[in-house]
Order: sequence, then structure tokens, then C-alpha cells
Amino acid sequence: MEEASTGSDSDYSRCWISWFLSSKGNEYFCEVDEDFILDRFNLTGLNSEVANYSQALDLITDSLDDDIQDELRGSLDVQARLLYGLIHARWIVTARGLTKMLDKYKRADFGRCPRVLCASQPLLPVGLTDIPYEKSVKLFCGRCEDLYSPKSSRHGSIDGAYFGTTFPHLLYLVYPTLIPAKDGDNPTAVVSKDGATGDARARRRVKDEPEVAVAAEGGGEGINTASVAIKAERYRPRIYGFQVNEIAKLQRWQEAVRDRQIARLEALEAKTP
Amino acid sequence: MDSAAASSTPTSTLTWISWFCSLPGHEYFCEVTEDFIEDDFNLTGLNAMVPFWKEAMEMVLDVEPDEDTSKIPDVSIVESSAEMLYGLVHQRYILTRVGLQAMAEKYESGVFGTCPRVYCVGCNVVPCGRVDIPGNDTVKLFCPNCNDIFVPPSSRFQGVDGAFFGTTFSHLFFQTYRELSPAPFWKAPLSGGSPLSPRSVSGSNGSRTSPFVNPNPHGGQKRAAGYVYVPRIYGFKVSERAKSGPRMQWLRLRPESPEELDMVDWRGRWINEDDEYDEDEDPDDEDRQMEDFDPDAADDDDDDEEEEEEEEAGAAAPMSGTKAGKQVANVVASGPPSSSPVNSARTSPTSSGAPRTQVDHSISIPTSTFPSIGSTVDSGRVKMVRQWAARTDWPAVARTAQV
Repeated sequence: MEEASTGSDSDYSRCWISWFLSSKGNEYFCEVDEDFILDRFNLTGLNSEVANYSQALDLITDSLDDDIQDELRGSLDVQARLLYGLIHARWIVTARGLTKMLDKYKRADFGRCPRVLCASQPLLPVGLTDIPYEKSVKLFCGRCEDLYSPKSSRHGSIDGAYFGTTFPHLLYLVYPTLIPAKDGDNPTAVVSKDGATGDARARRRVKDEPEVAVAAEGGGEGINTASVAIKAERYRPRIYGFQVNEIAKLQRWQEAVRDRQIARLEALEAKTP
Repeated sequence: MDSAAASSTPTSTLTWISWFCSLPGHEYFCEVTEDFIEDDFNLTGLNAMVPFWKEAMEMVLDVEPDEDTSKIPDVSIVESSAEMLYGLVHQRYILTRVGLQAMAEKYESGVFGTCPRVYCVGCNVVPCGRVDIPGNDTVKLFCPNCNDIFVPPSSRFQGVDGAFFGTTFSHLFFQTYRELSPAPFWKAPLSGGSPLSPRSVSGSNGSRTSPFVNPNPHGGQKRAAGYVYVPRIYGFKVSERAKSGPRMQWLRLRPESPEELDMVDWRGRWINEDDEYDEDEDPDDEDRQMEDFDPDAADDDDDDEEEEEEEEAGAAAPMSGTKAGKQVANVVASGPPSSSPVNSARTSPTSSGAPRTQVDHSISIPTSTFPSIGSTVDSGRVKMVRQWAARTDWPAVARTAQV
């Protein structure tokens, strides 16, 4: 921000964005290519979402006139953040945006899954709605396929619309090789269904980065995910070593639902060549 | 030793126990009463696990040590022994009536934090261990709503041994306080007009208009938070037929009624449902069929038999009620979100396969808006990604030209 007064769009052309990205709490955002912002087609409809749209856009692209900076600065900054966030939501579902977010995913910039049996699976940001000012950003775990709230309150206050509802699912759709294995930290472990899921495994934190490293677009023809869920570990509540009746009953029911889906998908797999 | 006691107890009025429980990272501990520790019966077997037993006991109970204890090499060893002793006694104490009561007070005041899972809507969690032997694993948090365990959000709990809480406590706690335990079934509220915000609903779980009753008097008596996340791409559910489709929704799913839980036998199989699992087993299931728990089930079974011949090669007979869904290929369901084929195809006996999520008002895009979607997404691959996002205010396109 302090450099904004220079205003020239050659040397300091990216300074608002880089300032925004480097400020605390904005670690989830990736850099939107300037070409993308400058293409008005990509901004279709945003002018009705953002007040002072053209000035906010100028601020983002660092082409704002010097004379209006002082009086509008405060409110314009809010609008510029909103505009950048909404552009960001569109950007990260493009091919280039996905690769940028993929790099952040590999670095686990979005944190790791708090579920113990997910073995610190890196998370992906997701919104519950595409409309701004409704829900804050949530984190999607590709292993347990569930949503978690960010640990830190400064991330918990980011608008979910800046990431959108689509992003993580499109990422796994485009990069099927990145879909995490459903079993815990040991890819070869066969987990018995009746619940002898090893307690001693809890502490091992095997990194899944090798999986991430081989990420290539497409390339998922050989992947068969019909029965991956059978390997998923789950926690079994026990009192003095005995399973708790009502929870065990619920878990049996859930696993029957799972087995039915697996049978359904395997039947499908057998049908289609 | 006097100086050591002074160093570990900052003020003389504070007992070692309350000092220990006030340390950062020890927020989960409750204060064990001294008479519990003084009763030797409660300590059975612990003296074999704790080195410097006598000195550790003296430290925990703030007893002035004997003068002849100069043989102790280092005070810090006694301190760690005392911590171990207190932790192991704590594991036993919180299973007693008084201990459970003390932990319930901490639970109600939210000391243990809330479940990080979004659709558990801030359900309070309790500390739990994964093993009862110390030195194996750090403390975890158990959420009674999703029945899962989580890593504590703060790193200061990384030094706390899970065995100091034990594997039993969290579940005995919810067995004791049934009103705090969410029931295993859940029905989406009929008033679909108000999508309950995960934040706003958190306080009102127990205070809805109609009192919640679980017919099982020994079961959880609290209304569960039962929404399950449904992934969507541009507003359309990701089909389970996609490689990246949902595979784990069962983990959080609840049946709509308690009766549905009884449709699964002790081996985890559907009762009264023909499938290939039973073929190589004894025909016990035939004998204890339930009477018309769902009239549709019989019809579906007939259909299944008709299809069985063509399905034989697949070695997996289809589950009832999924035939409509099978005709719908592609990653993205082609209908609008509210009536996607994935959803409408679920007419299985339990009709429980379709996870319920919050009513999503954010996306109301007509299919015609996306003429390219069909060609964009094909069998797990995206060939082309358009550089714009789904917007509800799509008509605004016209106005953009002026900008």
C-alpha cells in the first residue's frame, strides 16, 4: 500500500496484489494473472457486485489516479478486496488458476485435516455459497470428503465466495491422480471391516507428498475408485475395550450404506468396458 | 527440596494440583480430589509405572518431604514422575461419578472446544486418548456428533499424553450424560425455507419447539446435527459415478428414523435384502426376515431378480432402487441441483443413500445457461475450462458492456 503513490503501471504494476497477498490472513489467496483481470470478459457481472467498481479495479491494477486516493482510500480498499476476491473465485477454476492453487495445496498452505485418521491430509479452501457476505471460507479434505472450519480466526473471517463452491471438486476432477487414498497413513494396509483399526498408527505421520508430486492433468484412466471407501479407517468408540452399543449400531448401518455404494459402483465398473 | 517445591508452586497458597491444572496446555485436566489420591485402592498398580513413587506422591499431595531424600539426582525427574502419577490417577478419577461431574462442568463451559467439522455446528468435544498406556500418543478430541476424533487445534496440547484421559472416558461420559449425546438418527427439518446457518444454529440445538425424544432410553437424547456435505461443481452435485465422486458420505450419514438402524444385522448386512454377500453364507437371514418394513423393498427385490442374469458377470448384483441412476452417465448430474438424478434415483428401501445437506439457495442457474457443461466434463476429465464462474446475476452481462 505504501508504494501505491508511485502509481506508474510499469514497474509497480503488481504492487497492490502483492501487498494484498503478503498481508496477514490472506495466505489462502493465490496471485491472479494480470491478463486475466484485464480481460473484461472475465469480470462480467462484477460491476453490479462492487461499488466504485472502476476505481476498485484501478486500485487492483495500480492505475488509480492520485487525486482521489485520499478521500476514498478507506472504502475503496474494502471494495478492492471484494473485487479481487470475486475475481479470484473465477480465476482458480481456470486451468492456470488450478495449477497455482495446486502449488499451494502441495505446500499445505491451507492447513491439514484435523481428523486424526486423515493423517494430516492437506486441505483445500471452499465456499458454501458463491454469493459474497454470506458464509466464511471452509476447508475441504479430500480424504474424508468433509468440511472443516479454519483453525485461525483470521482465516475464519475470509468470505467463502472468494473461493467458490466448485474449486476443490474441480481440482480433483481435473487431477484425478491427486485424489487421496481413503485409508489412513499406510497405503498398503488392509483395514479389517470389523473394527480392529490399529490404535498404534495414530502417531505416524507419513507424508503423502509423493502422490502429489506425480500430479498430471488427466492421466487418471487407470484409477478405479469404486471400492476405495472399504479401506477407510474409522474411529471405534470403546468403553473398557467394548464398543458402545448405539454408536456401533450406527457405524454398522453406515458401513452397510458404504458397502451398498461399493456394490453399486463395482457393478457399474463391470458393465462398462 | 524446599526450593524445588517453591519453584514448582509459585505461591504457597496454591496446591500442586491446582498449579498443575493451571499450566498452559493443561486446560483439559480437572482437579483430582486429594482423598481420591490418598486412597491406595485407587492407585492399584500405578506404583509399578511411576518411578520415584514416594517422592512423586509427596509432590502431588504437597507433603513436606523427609529430610533424607537427598538421594534424588534431579528435581525435574521427580516433577515428571509427579506429572505421570497425576495423569494416571486423573485417567481413573474422571471415570468416577465425581470426576465425570467435574468434567461435565468443564464440558458445559466449553473448555474443551468445539468440533472443527462444519456440519457438527460447534458441537462441544471431550478429550480422549487412543491408548491407555502412557507415552504412546497425545491427547485427541472426541466429537459425539460425528463420532470421530480430532487433533486439538493448538500445539500446546501436543505435549499432553492421551493416556491421562484414557480411551474410556469420553464414551462413558456420553453414556452417563445422555442428554449431551446426539441421537444416531436425524431427519432434515421440514421447514426447508430456512437454511440453517452453521453458526446461528449452534445454540438452539436443544431448544427447538418440539422436545426431541429418542425411543431408545439408553441412547443419545440430543437432537443430532445431521447435515452431510455434498460436493457441487457449478451447482451440480458431483455424481458418484465420477472417479472423483463422493465416496465417504456414509461416514457421516445418519438414518432418518431409529428403525432403519435395525435393518442392518450384526454382521453389517442389510436384512431382507438379496445380495451376493449372502450366497456363500448360511441362510440364516431368510429365517428372520422382518415383516414388510418397507413395501417397496419387495418390489425392488423382484426387479433385482429380473436383472440378475445380466448382472451375473459383474459378480455384484445391483442394489435395489439404483436403476434409474445407472442410466445417467457423466460426472455432473444433468438436472438442476434440487432434482438431480443422483437424488431422485434413491428409492431404495431405506431411502437413506442420499445424504442431506443444507438447502442451497446460492445457486439457481438454469441448465441452459451452461451450454458447454455437457461437453466440458466427460468421464473424469475436463477438456476445457471456461474462464468465468457461475454467477447468479448472469443477466448482468448486458450491463457490463457499458463498463
